[in-house]
Amino acid sequence: MQIYRGHVLVCAGTGCVASGSRNVQAEMEKQLEAFNLDKEIKLVETGCHGFCEMGPIVIVYPEGIFYCRVQPEDVKEIVEEHLLKGRPVKRLLFKNQITEEMVPHYKDIDFYKKQNRIVLGNCGFINPENIKEYIARDGYEALAKALTQMTPEQVIEEIKAAGLRGRGGGGFPTGLKWEFARKAPGDKKYVICNADEGDPGAFMDRSILEGDPHALIEGMAIAAYAIGSDEGYIYVRAEYPLAIKRLKIAIAQAHELGLLGEDIFGSGFNFKLNIKEGAGAFVCGEETALIASIEGRRGEPRVRPPFPANKGLWGKPSNVNNVETFANVPRIIARGSQWFASMGTEKSKGTKVFALTGKVKNTGLAEVTMGITLREIIYDIGGGIIDDKKYKAVQIGGPSGGCIPEELLDLPIDYDSLISAGAMMGSGGLVVMDEDTCMVELARFFLNFTQMESCGKCTPCREGTKIMLDILERITKGEGKEGDIELLQSLAETIKSTSLCGLGQTAPNPVLSTLRYFRDEYEAHIKDKRCPAGACTALASYRILEDKCIGCTSCARVCPAKAISGEVKKPHKIDPAKCIKCGACIETCKFNAIVKQ
Amino acid sequence: MTKNVNITINGQQLTVPEDTTILDAARQIGIDIPTLCHLKDTNEIGVCRVCVVEVKGARNLIPSCITKVTEGMEILTNSPKAREAREMVMNLILATHPKDCLTCDRNSDCELRTLAEKMGIRKVDFGAPVKDLPLDDSNPSIIRDQSKCILCRRCVSVCNEVQKVSAISMINRGISTTVGTAFDKGLEDSPCVFCGQCVNVCPTGALTERFQLREVWEALHDPEKHVVIQTAPAIRVSLGEELGEEPGTIVTGKMVGALRKVGFDKVFDTDFTADLTIMEEGHEFLECLNGNGKLPLLTSCSPGWINYVETFYPEFLDNVSSCKSPQQMFGAVIKTYYAKKFNIDPATIFTVSAMPCTAKKYEANRPEMNSSGYQDVDAVLTTRELGMLIKEAGIDWANVEESQFDEPFGEGTGAGVIFGSSGGVMEAALRTLSEVVTGKELESLDFKDVRGLDGIKEAELTLGGQKLKVAVVNGLGNAKKVMEGLKAKELDYHFVEIMACPGGCIGGGGQPRLSTPEVKQKRMEAIYRADLGLPRRKSHENPAVQELYKEFLEKPLGEKSHHLLHTGYTPKEK
Repeated sequence: MQIYRGHVLVCAGTGCVASGSRNVQAEMEKQLEAFNLDKEIKLVETGCHGFCEMGPIVIVYPEGIFYCRVQPEDVKEIVEEHLLKGRPVKRLLFKNQITEEMVPHYKDIDFYKKQNRIVLGNCGFINPENIKEYIARDGYEALAKALTQMTPEQVIEEIKAAGLRGRGGGGFPTGLKWEFARKAPGDKKYVICNADEGDPGAFMDRSILEGDPHALIEGMAIAAYAIGSDEGYIYVRAEYPLAIKRLKIAIAQAHELGLLGEDIFGSGFNFKLNIKEGAGAFVCGEETALIASIEGRRGEPRVRPPFPANKGLWGKPSNVNNVETFANVPRIIARGSQWFASMGTEKSKGTKVFALTGKVKNTGLAEVTMGITLREIIYDIGGGIIDDKKYKAVQIGGPSGGCIPEELLDLPIDYDSLISAGAMMGSGGLVVMDEDTCMVELARFFLNFTQMESCGKCTPCREGTKIMLDILERITKGEGKEGDIELLQSLAETIKSTSLCGLGQTAPNPVLSTLRYFRDEYEAHIKDKRCPAGACTALASYRILEDKCIGCTSCARVCPAKAISGEVKKPHKIDPAKCIKCGACIETCKFNAIVKQ
Repeated sequence: MTKNVNITINGQQLTVPEDTTILDAARQIGIDIPTLCHLKDTNEIGVCRVCVVEVKGARNLIPSCITKVTEGMEILTNSPKAREAREMVMNLILATHPKDCLTCDRNSDCELRTLAEKMGIRKVDFGAPVKDLPLDDSNPSIIRDQSKCILCRRCVSVCNEVQKVSAISMINRGISTTVGTAFDKGLEDSPCVFCGQCVNVCPTGALTERFQLREVWEALHDPEKHVVIQTAPAIRVSLGEELGEEPGTIVTGKMVGALRKVGFDKVFDTDFTADLTIMEEGHEFLECLNGNGKLPLLTSCSPGWINYVETFYPEFLDNVSSCKSPQQMFGAVIKTYYAKKFNIDPATIFTVSAMPCTAKKYEANRPEMNSSGYQDVDAVLTTRELGMLIKEAGIDWANVEESQFDEPFGEGTGAGVIFGSSGGVMEAALRTLSEVVTGKELESLDFKDVRGLDGIKEAELTLGGQKLKVAVVNGLGNAKKVMEGLKAKELDYHFVEIMACPGGCIGGGGQPRLSTPEVKQKRMEAIYRADLGLPRRKSHENPAVQELYKEFLEKPLGEKSHHLLHTGYTPKEK
């Protein structure tokens, strides 16, 4: 076996690939060869590190030096300075945005410090296209343990004792779900992985698929053993080509080593995995719609019961879990339920991966222990609000979630606390908003998404979300009427309580939660025809402050609508009838004499 | 054995079997819950959500039409939450629905309108624009007005699950969802067979037959025209429903009386050509048995079935009887034999047929259906249209005087009448064949094995020493099973009767809406009562048929018959 004195890890997650990591990798290969280092330093292509906005990311071991936004032209310097001379390239290190200090080590970066990377533990560390690297990190040990030392019932008990809950949004106890499928009568059963990640901005599942596909495969195999299944499907959206490619490689490699297929570990247990590519309908994340889609039917949910545990794919008992849930399983089996249950809150154990985005300094994937506060995520991991503006709210749980205002920033996050705050865990999207965000517009934005993604099967979701959207559009345009809030509220309640599936039942959440915490903004739009955040263009008006305007005429010259008039060296005026609210005047005014209201 | 469970509905305790739905349990104790998409055994998908009720302990409201009761369930059908939600859901359905009820084809017969009234909806004001989608009038049978569709999916379930034609399905998503064909073309360019089962279950005006009442009125008002009408066997046991009578009422006499008052020059009975069909098809079958034709022989009376076999099983077209359907035989005979016999210029004859069927409209429009030299049948009315015609003419149905069909085609036998129910053609054929082959009179005319609403019925019998196996199939879903069995050579029959609609013509797409199994059962019983009530019950004993052969056709399968009463089939693209 070849021993290397160092490793260069180049991220090849979708984020870094998009920012050019393939070229960095190629250049690195070239330079290592040029400097005759290819026998000493190993170049490793890894999955996602989660800190995508800093990509392409390169990490050099054994020191663990973290390089950000590396370009091909930087590579030579890294090789020459760092790999040859042992002097890290300072200009490429991560800079702490508050202290402005350079942070050379991966583990010292704020973004990673408060994380507890268990599910993401291998992501960015191993080559996902090489099963041996997974095995070297104790991969497939849990499967061996389950198959050779545990009965299926014991596996289920272990998962139950760990307190693992579904990471796809619902938070249903995983062990219980497995038990239902185990107890359902039937010779043929299926294990299905929901990898139809659809929440805007959420990409934790993609990250696992791309960075640690074997964790999913191992988790699914353990689940199959537990419920008595010999075949599984991974339903992955076709928009994840890299994930699909790596899954295919991983499945083939696992087959080659006998970790999938017949008589695994000589236990008599067989397990076969299929990949089904989804066509990108958000609703196919709902388990019955997902099953319909695998069967080749229109991806639409159906009424439950019967639940998939009893009547699932092709009418057979089936167990559907999401990627992150399955990826937790090998860790629980390997390290024990007690270890897992020691993390988190009373009813939410382990960790959760959040996709942190919006008006926050550090964006990306963060895996944190359940029970962490939003403040810690946003200010410690996220580094606070961009431009140090005022925090307004965070939308949590994707388009079906809700917003959490400032007064709840110290809320420990778990499944139940979020529900009582009017949001939900969802798949773990966190969109941070600052004072410039209009909460009515936010609700409109998310409702627009769910309305478009409604499958159209049941009346309340199909018709109701459209009518709610129309009302919200009117309000943001300043055409809100007395009674709109009440109508929104009653529509929202009906849609929640009468819709067929989770999509409709949660679609009104953004409206309800913004109404709960920011009702005054709705009222300002409707009664005063004013957008307090100044975000709704239709409601904005521009005014020139007479005492500040010196009559330089530059605003009048840039105004494309010829809405500004005035004599040279005298205060100018904006004709609101002509103004198109483009904001060009404000940008050009050097005297802060124009205000938007 | 099913267990019983104890539940309470609105505080009232009751015990019901555990597989009972909340809806059925409530109805058992006289509490109704509104439903719209629900169609027992056909469309049990719980999508419209107007039937939601409150169940104590449940997070959300529960669709009562498909949720089974469980032990200790406490149901509130009229709690404020349930009532308000149902009202809101109904409002949402009505929000974009056209409000032209006064002039809508469905009008007072509309389930949606009736339900809105029942639920006390008085105002819908979300300000949403009314749906405005293009009309599909691509074909002679069925008009689809998607603007009036409320997406209950009954039609889709019937087409896909019952008939297995799958011409229509849901297309697009969310608010843009509609019912459509592949590539959203007109029905004409889809595998639709025009059976009209979708029309029969549609709760609104979204699916209707292509109305031909105007053409009929125009002909009636035209002094130059000699207007005759033929009425199908299955009409006499269902027309009453359109005019306020109980299902299963036989209204033959009143119907003839009413049609005479409407102004038809002659009122004839399609039973006559049903008998004629037996003469031709019976002899055709004997020829097949003698090796001059393919076995099994498949019947050809049902135009929906003909469209189906042309589209889905063209390899079996040689097995299909070349006999035209009774409707088309009638048209051809009227414009030839009748015209000649009564010295009427066939160009002035306008033949109307009243049929339980939408596919008959398509059939009458087939280009080959002009062997008389004219279009053999000029207008086809469904049972529903016939009811409208009588109402439009201002006829007091309750007091209309009974009358007899006109000669010479008013003469039909019981064998002709039973064409209206699944198994009837087979039974009528067996009655005649047995006597023709053996020369001996049958002791019992009732072939009960082939009767009833079962989808596939089989019988074995001996005909002149030869053992025969026959089958009777109704509903295209069942036809598919049998055709697949024949294709795979797993099934082996000599003669198969196939009707496109479940139950046969009594369940036809043109029959009064919502032909439930209970209603069909009553219509069927009435058909066999009508059979029993007739003096002659065997087609070959019909004196008018005998006279027709003597005066004009000469013999079954003769040259004239071949020209006027037989046809050919063409494979269709799916």
